[in-house]
Amino acid sequence: MEEIKLPELGEDIEKATVACFHCNVGDHVNADDDIVEVVTDKATFNVPTKVSGNIINILVAVGQEIKIGQVIAHIDEEGNNESENQ
Amino acid sequence: MNCKVIDLGIIDYKKAYDFQKKYAQEVLNGSDQVLILCEHPTVLTMGRLAKEYNVLFSKDKLKERGVEVLNIDRGGDVTLHTRGQLIAYPILNLANYDKDLRKYLYKLEQVVIDLLSDFDIVANRLSGKTGAWVGDKKIASIGIGVRKWVSIHGLALNVNTDLNQFAMINPCGLDVSMTSVAQVIGVDIEISKVKQSLIDCFCKQFELIKG
Repeated sequence: MEEIKLPELGEDIEKATVACFHCNVGDHVNADDDIVEVVTDKATFNVPTKVSGNIINILVAVGQEIKIGQVIAHIDEEGNNESENQ
Repeated sequence: MNCKVIDLGIIDYKKAYDFQKKYAQEVLNGSDQVLILCEHPTVLTMGRLAKEYNVLFSKDKLKERGVEVLNIDRGGDVTLHTRGQLIAYPILNLANYDKDLRKYLYKLEQVVIDLLSDFDIVANRLSGKTGAWVGDKKIASIGIGVRKWVSIHGLALNVNTDLNQFAMINPCGLDVSMTSVAQVIGVDIEISKVKQSLIDCFCKQFELIKG
């Protein structure tokens, strides 16, 4: 299970507000797809996923202020089950 | 690094947005950095933090004037774009500039401050209020969007702008007065002169070679 976290956005930026989601729980996403858009005053920033898989859960809501490093969502990484079965 | 300067002239906001997306994909794929310059016919754009009450005219009144209101994916509140306002949309890979949103905004402010000094205008930053200011009047608004560390949107500098048009909004959600290059220097000025200065200051600030 892969965590999608709010990455570092720059020096002195400690938090951002969730603006919108590009996907829903249950959706399949590919590595590099944007998951969520956050906003810090004058900038929007899209947070991508590093892995492909299905969105298991989304832990934050639109309008919520979140901290750098906070977990936004979990992805059931593709291929994990296969490797476990082998 | 090279920077391709693309002057779109007077162009509809949505068409210019499509160009930004196209060039953002190219920059992401490793092409030269891009600086888009243009002017827009009058339009109001609502950033992600925009509050409807910062649009001061009713929908009917805006419709009567043919002014469209667009929700867009940049930071900030409501902004007015209109003729006589020089728009710069830098499409930059911010991975080359420390991946720092605040530093990038600071650099954009510096571009405006530097270019205005070419016209003997002293502009400043105001703490907590992104943009460029002459005294307590705002001369340039800044708002950006970033995807995979490639920037879109940018800055809007009032050059020969009809400042009466700002009566439609609370610019950027702030209760401020706007000014323009023409108002500050007291004479009309061709936007093309400011354009060249902007290109030079931009390339210098971001250490780019105009290609």
